[in-house]
Amino acid sequence: MRTVRFLLQKEFRQIFRNKAIIAMICVMPVVQLAVLPWAADYEVKNVNLAVVDHDHSTFSQQLVQTVTASGYFRLTGYNDSYDEAMRLVEGDQADLILEIPSGFERNLVRENQQKLFVAVNAINGTKANLGGAYLAEIIKNYNQTIRTELVTGVTGESIHAIEVTSSNWFNPLMNYKFFMVPGILAILITMVGGFLSALNIVKEKEVGTIEQINVTPIRKHHFILGKLIPFWVLGNVVFTLGLIVSWLIYGIVPEGNLAVLYLFIAIYLVSVLGFGLLVSTFCETQQQAMFIMFFFMMLFILLGGLFTSIDSMPEWAKTVTRFNPVRYLIEVMRMVILKGSEIKNVVAHLIIVTLFAIGLNALAILNYKKTS
Amino acid sequence: MQDVVIKTDNLTKRFGDFVAANAITFEVYKGEIFGFLGANGAGKTTAMRMLCGLSKPSSGNATIAGYDVYRETEEIKKNIGYMSQKFSLYEDLTVLENIRFFGGIYGLTNNQLKTKSEELIERLGLESEAKKLVGSLPLGWKQKLSFSVAVLHEPKIVFLDEPTGGVDPVTRRQFWDLIYAAAENGVTIFVTTHYMDEAEYCNRISIMVDGKVEALDSPTQLKRNFNASSMDEVFYQLARGAKRGD
Repeated sequence: MRTVRFLLQKEFRQIFRNKAIIAMICVMPVVQLAVLPWAADYEVKNVNLAVVDHDHSTFSQQLVQTVTASGYFRLTGYNDSYDEAMRLVEGDQADLILEIPSGFERNLVRENQQKLFVAVNAINGTKANLGGAYLAEIIKNYNQTIRTELVTGVTGESIHAIEVTSSNWFNPLMNYKFFMVPGILAILITMVGGFLSALNIVKEKEVGTIEQINVTPIRKHHFILGKLIPFWVLGNVVFTLGLIVSWLIYGIVPEGNLAVLYLFIAIYLVSVLGFGLLVSTFCETQQQAMFIMFFFMMLFILLGGLFTSIDSMPEWAKTVTRFNPVRYLIEVMRMVILKGSEIKNVVAHLIIVTLFAIGLNALAILNYKKTS
Repeated sequence: MQDVVIKTDNLTKRFGDFVAANAITFEVYKGEIFGFLGANGAGKTTAMRMLCGLSKPSSGNATIAGYDVYRETEEIKKNIGYMSQKFSLYEDLTVLENIRFFGGIYGLTNNQLKTKSEELIERLGLESEAKKLVGSLPLGWKQKLSFSVAVLHEPKIVFLDEPTGGVDPVTRRQFWDLIYAAAENGVTIFVTTHYMDEAEYCNRISIMVDGKVEALDSPTQLKRNFNASSMDEVFYQLARGAKRGD
């Protein structure tokens, strides 16, 4: 154990003398959490809309006003012909075309029905899909309003319609940031832990200092412990900083028990650090380690349920996500922070991450060779 | 009969088809300064790494301080010091911190650490540099420090891989004073070098050519055998036949 103490002393000295690491640890959580949740937002806004109005009536004016007043659309063209509007789409100035046929008002009043044409630029799928859906919804509401006015105006009866009311649990205002922040925090911890540990041992290989260590009678697990503990501490520091930042900026206070979060993070960090160490045992240069870590980080992040829901992935992809430790952290973060889940709700997650921690570190120790 | 501290018997290391060290057989005695010479690429470092337990031999046998290189590498490591060709103390730690760290890893007690580091810093005349980062020291001082750290735990044998490469003549002289002082205390010195004047300082010398030990004797005897006036000439006669090189 005395050996580990000497290793820790050395490791912490080196960390505190490395300005880049200290800056990373302080700046990364602040910047990532302050910036990313605003940008990584699925709500589609600023859809560019070109309107082709063949009717020029009060009703058509009203419809356009309703659409633009919704806040989702930006009117970038008000044209007389479809071809003109299409040019806007081709020039990337419009995402959607709403064509109002001539006789729109007359048909609506007299015949009680009218068709509208919506053309969508589907290059940006999400924007087109959601934009189209929003537009349809707005037009439906508008239609309802008009019909109510017309009908009640004539007969004094109200329209019967089924109305669905819903309430959003755990995130009542559907604030996308509440969903993203815990996830981004999870990625942050994974990145800091994974990269720091992977690069550290490889750096010793590159500089040659590991030779001087390998020629001492040091025990392998002592050496690995000496590497794990400092980065484990740093991971916890980053996590704590992240929690403070998300409270300060977004007012996010974990609904659940902080102790549950920290317990999970404690074990999770061991598994991520173990992964970093395992990667480092395979690499000779920091460049190699960096590339390999990036490869896995991409997989971890995109298959972790941060941006896309795991539930809507194909079965094979779902199976892959089961081997992704990040997935479990993101789930637990959201569960505990947003839903207030208790320890009993995350036991399964804890067990899986513990297995990861044991497995990855065992492999790292096995694969770290003092004698080549 | 002198005590044998290093004994190799047909020690061989292959990397694929390449035989880096080919059936090396020799003995090194306690307290001797053993020069391990050879051109670049002759296999010196490979051989030395096997003896230090850093690299597993492909075949052959060797015992270091009585311990087997296959099975008892960790026992070997307790009994040897090693200074690699590449400077490998921590540049971002101070002189004192490096001494304390390596001393600690070798299991020195706090008292030993204290007295040893004071002694060492005084002997090297590094009093004013003790609290400076090692990275800021000139190469010559770094090498002297490396050597002193390698013998800090009082090993039976110390392996030095080109310890004076790129070091000025005055510092080289001082370095060899350190080596002599260690040898007088009974430490066996196993050293590689490209400087033939340094070879003359050794008790016995082996010369490696293309992975094989081609000559082994005292400098005087070697010069006589090769009918040469200097070690330079001996080396040249042997190394000229080498097929490997940079």
